[in-house]
Amino acid sequence: MNQSASIPLIENVGRRSLWVGIGFGVLALIGWLLNPAAFYQAYLIGYLFWLAIALGSLITLMIHHVAGGTWLYVIRRPMEAAIRTLPLLAILFLPILLGMSSLYPWSVAEIVADDKYLQFKSPYLNTPFFVLRAVIYFAVWCTLGHFLVKWSAQQDASGDPLLNRPLRVLSGGGIVAYVLTATFASFDWMMSVDPHWFSSIYGPIFMVSQGLGALCFLLIALALLARSEPLASVVTQDRYHDLGKWLFALVMLWAYMMFSQFLIIWSGNLPEHIAWYLRRSGSDWKVLALILTLFHFLVPFIVLLSRLAKQRSAILVKLAIGLLVLRFFDLFWLLAPDLHDGVFVLHWLDLVVPVALGGLWLAAYAQRLSDRPLLVLHDPRFPADTVKGGDHHE
Amino acid sequence: MSQASSQQALFGIAAEYADDAALLDAARQARQAGYTVLEAYSPVPVHGLYEVLGGKRTKLPMLTLLGGVLGLIGGYALQIWVSAIEYPINVGGRPYISWGAFFPVGFACTILGAGLATFIGMFAMNKFPEPYHPIFNTPNFDQATKDRYFLCIEAADPQFDRNAVRDFLSKTQATTVSEVDE
Repeated sequence: MNQSASIPLIENVGRRSLWVGIGFGVLALIGWLLNPAAFYQAYLIGYLFWLAIALGSLITLMIHHVAGGTWLYVIRRPMEAAIRTLPLLAILFLPILLGMSSLYPWSVAEIVADDKYLQFKSPYLNTPFFVLRAVIYFAVWCTLGHFLVKWSAQQDASGDPLLNRPLRVLSGGGIVAYVLTATFASFDWMMSVDPHWFSSIYGPIFMVSQGLGALCFLLIALALLARSEPLASVVTQDRYHDLGKWLFALVMLWAYMMFSQFLIIWSGNLPEHIAWYLRRSGSDWKVLALILTLFHFLVPFIVLLSRLAKQRSAILVKLAIGLLVLRFFDLFWLLAPDLHDGVFVLHWLDLVVPVALGGLWLAAYAQRLSDRPLLVLHDPRFPADTVKGGDHHE
Repeated sequence: MSQASSQQALFGIAAEYADDAALLDAARQARQAGYTVLEAYSPVPVHGLYEVLGGKRTKLPMLTLLGGVLGLIGGYALQIWVSAIEYPINVGGRPYISWGAFFPVGFACTILGAGLATFIGMFAMNKFPEPYHPIFNTPNFDQATKDRYFLCIEAADPQFDRNAVRDFLSKTQATTVSEVDE
């Protein structure tokens, strides 16, 4: 399969990303020297943003292996490349451990000593157990990713149709493992920023956001890759239509999860719960909440109602870029009010650190994308002829 | 065909095909030959057939949207009328018109309205219920629900000419061609 046409583009993006990553990384280091707390707070948000693309790809790939269908084959390699960045993301998690005292109040002994609630929660919310859990999460994710990618590569080489079975079986169990680990990771890394508050739908919000973030990223990547072979002849209007429908579903699911949490807490109106929303709807945070409601849900929802919009890559890519930017601000809205004690500030590091992380991550991503064929070679469920012509649907 | 059928009004001429490719090919040829009033019958959806037959986008999605919007408005109107106008109850100091709390019912009514509009609209646009349709006079037509494919050029077609249509359909990959009485 000739894939040389896409390689220069991928390498070009990777090279530029690396320079952006290094440049902004130096700025971020200066910021770290000047104001470590602000650096760690920005780092947490930026880290979770890029992690979401890798983990969203992982769960989407596992759903693809279990549920079948040919429509995800065109983004299977872009997803696998994102999954292969998980070991790197595990290393990039280390700064969060260093900055725990600026992120998680429960990790500071003086605060816990004055707080009965935190003392009660300390069997779970304590530093050694937090580190151990993070190790477990990454072990699970990296192991799943490792085998999913390995067997897929083996199938490329050997064409063995029997490899579909282990892929499917692993994915079935892997979905359960992902849901459990991602739920607890969302409690650990995001929810415990305000250790007094809790919400049981927080895990699903975390997971749906990851699926949505990953899909937006993959749509942009797909549109770029589809400019040249081998994807150009495979990525038809029908494939965009499929992905557009899925984007539509995830946009609605995100809104559904966010609204469910809001409605329950608003109806209960209990002091320990409602404070979380009061902090996020006071002063300038309200504007951000309104922007998220309008542009993270309402506008994409109305646009994607139309069948034409779901079929046009140009419209989908614009939506994906907008949603990806808002994914960052959604994370910011969820985390920053607690990190910044309710004051609305967008520190310069809040933008520099995510860009630095993104540059480094994209460089790694491009490297992983370019060293495998961009299209699945031998999967019995993806016979090249059914998709090649673009004439057949299923 | 038989002498008797020529006495009766003709609905059209139907051709029977063994597979979907033959049907699709025949439909394409018929459109190229200029026939416009024609219909295909198939036991399974045939991809591309609708476009070949010159089918237009249906108005049904707009009807669904309209039903959904009316359902949303209706759901909210009901709740506002009940809890703010007809029987206002103060629930823990919350406003009588709590748009957020009304949303689940408003959402459900949106689905209901959209669903009903789609269901009724689909029936109405297909002119259902229709107890009698001449196409069932076609010999062997019950096989159209199993493994046979039919194409019928109807007498209402401006270009319709009994012999010309017969000849035309015979030249396609049809297994049989038969006249269909009104």
